[in-house]
Amino acid sequence: MSDTAAQPREDPDGSEEPTEGSGDAADTGAETVSTGADSVVTALEAAGAETAFGVQGGAIMPVYDALYTSSITHVTMAHEQGAVHAADAYGVVTGDPGLCLATSGPGATNLVTGIADADMDSDAMLALTGQVPTEFVGNDAFQETDTIGVTRPITKHNYFASGADTVGDTVGEAFELSRSGRPGPTLVDLPKDVTQDETDRTPGTATPPPGSDPDPNADPDAVEEAARAIEAAERPLCLFGGGVIKADASDAARTFARTYDIPVTTTMPGIGSFPEDEDLCLSWAGMHGTGYANMAITHTDCLIAVGTRFDDRLTGGIDTFAPEAEVVHVDIDPAEISKNVHADYPLIGDAGHVLDQLTAAVREAPDASAWREQCAEWKETYPLTYTTPEDEPLKPQFVVEAFDEATDDDTIVTTGVGQHQMWASQFWTYTEPRTWVSSHGLGTMGYGVPAAVGARVAADTMGEPDRDVVCFDGDGSFLMTMQELSVAVREEMDVTIAVLNNEYIGMVRQWQDAFYEGRHMASDYTWMPEFDKLAEAFGALGLRVDDYDEVAPAVEEALDYDGPAVIDFHVDPEENVLPMVPSGGANGQFATAEDQL
Amino acid sequence: MSGDSAASETGARPDADARPAPDEQPAPEERPHPEGRRNLEGIRIDPVVEAEHESRRAVISALVEDEPGVLARVSGLVSRRQFNIESLTVGPTTVDGHSRITMVVEETDPGIDQIEKQMAKLKPVISVGEVAGNAVTAELVLLKVQADDPAAVHAVTEMYDGRTLDAGPRTITVQLTGDEARIDDALDAFRQFGIIEIARTGQTALARGDTPTAPGEKPGTAGEPTTHDD
Repeated sequence: MSDTAAQPREDPDGSEEPTEGSGDAADTGAETVSTGADSVVTALEAAGAETAFGVQGGAIMPVYDALYTSSITHVTMAHEQGAVHAADAYGVVTGDPGLCLATSGPGATNLVTGIADADMDSDAMLALTGQVPTEFVGNDAFQETDTIGVTRPITKHNYFASGADTVGDTVGEAFELSRSGRPGPTLVDLPKDVTQDETDRTPGTATPPPGSDPDPNADPDAVEEAARAIEAAERPLCLFGGGVIKADASDAARTFARTYDIPVTTTMPGIGSFPEDEDLCLSWAGMHGTGYANMAITHTDCLIAVGTRFDDRLTGGIDTFAPEAEVVHVDIDPAEISKNVHADYPLIGDAGHVLDQLTAAVREAPDASAWREQCAEWKETYPLTYTTPEDEPLKPQFVVEAFDEATDDDTIVTTGVGQHQMWASQFWTYTEPRTWVSSHGLGTMGYGVPAAVGARVAADTMGEPDRDVVCFDGDGSFLMTMQELSVAVREEMDVTIAVLNNEYIGMVRQWQDAFYEGRHMASDYTWMPEFDKLAEAFGALGLRVDDYDEVAPAVEEALDYDGPAVIDFHVDPEENVLPMVPSGGANGQFATAEDQL
Repeated sequence: MSGDSAASETGARPDADARPAPDEQPAPEERPHPEGRRNLEGIRIDPVVEAEHESRRAVISALVEDEPGVLARVSGLVSRRQFNIESLTVGPTTVDGHSRITMVVEETDPGIDQIEKQMAKLKPVISVGEVAGNAVTAELVLLKVQADDPAAVHAVTEMYDGRTLDAGPRTITVQLTGDEARIDDALDAFRQFGIIEIARTGQTALARGDTPTAPGEKPGTAGEPTTHDD
């Protein structure tokens, strides 16, 4: 990683005068700055940014120059997409906004997928992009892109920095905005002249813009009404979404559910908000969620949904989603209330605060013993399962379970997108928040390896170097961003990458089999390279596994290896992800076998 | 160990085969299903009185910061979310740095609610809401007609309190203002002359009486600008 000398840079003017118009400068103890880029870095340091991921380039060079003496650690990535996913994952694991940098034009456009990913998953992140000098903006100059225009629909807000005197405040505000209220990515586009120009103004204390930091508490009367509905329920069910984790509300969520003995499902982004090894937990619901979660969500009469936006992968067809349930919906974003599913009891506020309010307001646990017995029965009837015949290739689910067995509860799992992602979410028992790092809303193939880099840096930054980071990737996903393995090797990062290699774009192949008469158009990946050899070429440990007996030793060797390790698991190419709710179908009518699709 | 998998301590295979096989489980159609339903807007359907929302016209007014790109942000939001927009007007207010955006939409009640909520999330939007009750609405229209019968064109223009802005040997250009019904009536009347070109501004609106047009807005009195709560 870059040097982090954190030595104050000498003021070229030798000025020690207090800065004009910067009343907060004395309060923050910030040093006098000399360029817009210095102001950017000062603002980031003052906001608490510790780590940045990025790729150098012409228009962003002044900012990188200012980082040279900064306390912020910079991790140079192989590709801007790697930088933005790493920053995203860093933010998911630490709870602080991730920070990524790219230059103008192609650098900025290479961030687009990752920004959109963070936007869909409400992940706090700040992207800084270089831009051509202001006088060239709009002239189709070399490496110019309308980054503001391109990223407007996929950011919480984006800013075009207009001058060296204000750019620090802008960056500070953007950083705070990204984590205020409902988190999301923000972007500041930095024309090169703005970051090069001199300024004697030190950025003030960063605050989110007015109106972006909502009241964390829900209306007390509305909480009381919701509490009465919960008390009266016969079949209550909690649905904890990603918002529970983002609000650090897992403890409050656990307290609420346990206090009133209410069964719990999660959404996929909500994995880890409630321990999956507890009796009350029904794991996650939705297209490839557990059968018992989908049965419960279909039959509940009171759905207490916290921090979820009711994505279609969760709900299936809206007409059949929790069709008889009164819905208590807790969300920090008023726009999520009744957007997809009507909320009978809307509670607008921070998940942790509102769950505490609800815990206090519910006076008597609902009489739901028969319901809990029913849920337990569904768990017995519809377990996640697979078969392991001796004469068939290795089953991918077996690999996931083997890793789960070999690692601790605090292990961080990252994934790409596809079948392997579903198996990693189904067959690993998650018990802690911020251990499941995946691309949910956007479904970005290639997310896994750069996310593992970001997660590794996050764990190390948090002083937890002994935590394992395991990336489950598909062969297709791995091939998209495997160049970030070079970063893991260079930085000696202890990450283990398990490629569940079935020589298919597996989920596409599964859908082609189910819905396109088995016509495998463009989903056969029989030309895959030997990933273990590629890993060795990068300088990582490379292993290949074909049989059941090789799994445990390989897992052990990879986890013990002090550096990046890649295991190329050649798994059954025909294995499918089940159960499955057909797109737009009823959750309770999940298929447990291919012929039911 | 974090899992409750049946794998043995020796690292041998988890005992996946001990779990019930899919063919031992009830098939989808064999499982119990509730009779309830939701409509496409996610609202539980009352089997007696089925809740279906009809589209209606609504005038939405937003106070916004005058920063670059604010109109692009609003119009982008509208187009991205496929809201059915009829007109969009924007102009300055009595407060420096503030503009008012007036949008006329044809949507269901949940759709109108979503437009307001999504607009409210945009950083430059100070406040937004549906203009209450029967708002005062007006639109400006320029239309160019053929000048074959100037006297008749003039008569119709007078009838609708319009103004003739340009009159030549072949064309006459007229300005009309008024609410939507009046404009539509006038256009019908002008059609007989052969309308060559038309330009409409779209409706703009203010709430009637003391009612603030955007939520939180404090209408000013003589000499005082309109302000806002924050």
